[in-house]
Amino acid sequence: MTSETVHAAPPPTIEAASRGTPPPRRRRLGDLPVAVLFVLPAAIGFVTFYLWPALRGLYLSLTKYNVLTPPRFIGTENYERLLGDHLFWNALKVTAEYVVINIGTQTVASVLLAVLLHRLTRSLLVRGVVLLPFLVANVVVALVWFWMLDYQLGVVNYAFDWLGLERVAFFGDSDLAIPTIALVNTWRHLGYTALLIYAGLQMIPPSVYEAAALDGASEWRIFWRVTMPLLRPVMAMVMVLTVIGSFQVFDTVAVTTAGGPINATRVIYFYIYDLAFNRFNFGYAAALSSVLFVILAGVAYLQLRLSRAGESDLKGA
Amino acid sequence: MMAAPTALAGRPRQARAIPWGRIAGWTVLVLVMAATLFPFYWMLRTSFSNTRSLAAGATDLLPVDFTFGAYRRVLGLSTTAEAVAEGGSSGTVNFWLFLRNSIVVATTVTVGQVFFSAMAAYAFARLRWPGRDVVFMLFLTALMVPPIFTTLPNFVLIKELGLLNTYLGIVLPHLLMTPFAVFFLRQFFLGVNAGLEEAARIDGAGHVRIFFRIILPVSKGPITTLAILTYITSWNDYFWPLLVGKDESVRVLTVALGIFRSQTPQGSPDWAGLMAATLFAALPMIILFAVLGRRIIDSIGYTGVK
Repeated sequence: MTSETVHAAPPPTIEAASRGTPPPRRRRLGDLPVAVLFVLPAAIGFVTFYLWPALRGLYLSLTKYNVLTPPRFIGTENYERLLGDHLFWNALKVTAEYVVINIGTQTVASVLLAVLLHRLTRSLLVRGVVLLPFLVANVVVALVWFWMLDYQLGVVNYAFDWLGLERVAFFGDSDLAIPTIALVNTWRHLGYTALLIYAGLQMIPPSVYEAAALDGASEWRIFWRVTMPLLRPVMAMVMVLTVIGSFQVFDTVAVTTAGGPINATRVIYFYIYDLAFNRFNFGYAAALSSVLFVILAGVAYLQLRLSRAGESDLKGA
Repeated sequence: MMAAPTALAGRPRQARAIPWGRIAGWTVLVLVMAATLFPFYWMLRTSFSNTRSLAAGATDLLPVDFTFGAYRRVLGLSTTAEAVAEGGSSGTVNFWLFLRNSIVVATTVTVGQVFFSAMAAYAFARLRWPGRDVVFMLFLTALMVPPIFTTLPNFVLIKELGLLNTYLGIVLPHLLMTPFAVFFLRQFFLGVNAGLEEAARIDGAGHVRIFFRIILPVSKGPITTLAILTYITSWNDYFWPLLVGKDESVRVLTVALGIFRSQTPQGSPDWAGLMAATLFAALPMIILFAVLGRRIIDSIGYTGVK
């Protein structure tokens, strides 16, 4: 696969040429009638399931609404309630903990794996194997690890026995449940993230490495001075995607701990689900998702700013 | 592939030195692969075990007290007495029904989403019309909106339309477009050679014809990529079908699995049954992977580096 062809912008001349061809009789409207036809289905989908719900979500967050009776406007009451809701703050804390652990381990491990793949082998089989967990559902992954990490019969605890370590209640211990879930999901996404980074590595021209090697730079030095800086735009994109994704952890929690023990894994997504579908508190749940929206937008903005995502060191080099 | 300029550990180069760096690198790689594969093996091994006997042979590498019982239980083929004798739950996964539901949902979403998104992408990439860039920007901003924000109102909408527990209710939100699909395909359509299009136009072809006869065929690669990724995502989705498709008639495999898990008693879960069900749910994607492996692996690079 040549990634270059993917993200290289097409030469402007192509477009200009194609634009220039149609006879200039309906210059103002251009291809409007045909375009409307082509965009219509997607536009209907967009308005009905993205635009309208987004606006409606904002409105619902200002109401008291249990789905069965019409929403009643209550202004910013839901948002005020959030401030004093210790479950909300707990959910925020627990989610943050999850994100930090998940992203930390996933980033380090996937960069390492990507570099190893890049340097050692082009084998499709190896790449296929590491990608495998990504293909099966979160629910499947959660259940397999739920079994392997079981306190009584789980193979991991038997391994701990054998090593002379204490058995661990991975999902049952409130201090360990979140790290456990974070690591399980790292396992699922490691290969996928590594392959994204691997694709980025392949775009670095070999000549850069050759030059560095001629200068006698060590592998370690080449990694920090050449690979990482050149990889920055790709890393920025990968990080934004994975951080935003990991804020939305739900499936794993839903089938393993269901928020327990004692709220230790009640992440934001699960709390919103719980509020809306178990307690029929839709308005409040909508307010919470609005807050999550703002947080995610802020995180994405910060990340892109910090990593200067738009620029590539390649151009300057 | 470039030649690794030095050994991985950065040792000084000597003629024919033992490549410690490569050895260390391969060791790590093999360990990662083992850690990746082991859970799949363990799932398989457990699914052929007798739940009752698992405690006695918890560390056995082979199935404990080999039996197809778990599969029979999950499929609802075994009697209650049989199930109890093997320490199983009476819960079943109506596998063929849920498999069919998963196929219907994932296929419909994939075909609809890719086709309608391709149409829109064509209009954004190859047609000239006032307001095009504004509308496209609007589509793009939707990429930023986290799903949960629209999921709750969408649930309300589907409920108001009376579509809870219908296929239509499950597929509708993703049937006509996703901002990502439109964005992704537009990138490729922009790069299609204008010469082809012109030649067709001189022959008197209209836009519809150009779209079907030129744009779609020359973009087969990216379209397949998008279709595969959409299929996987849709197949593995849990949250939305959990909300709108709980009813058995439209229940998909992921949701069924969650329900099966909650039916197995907390005290001593039916591990063999659970693993058999899990394997059933994972198998179709693994088969897809076996068939389309190369395509899927390559597609990961496509999507990330936008």
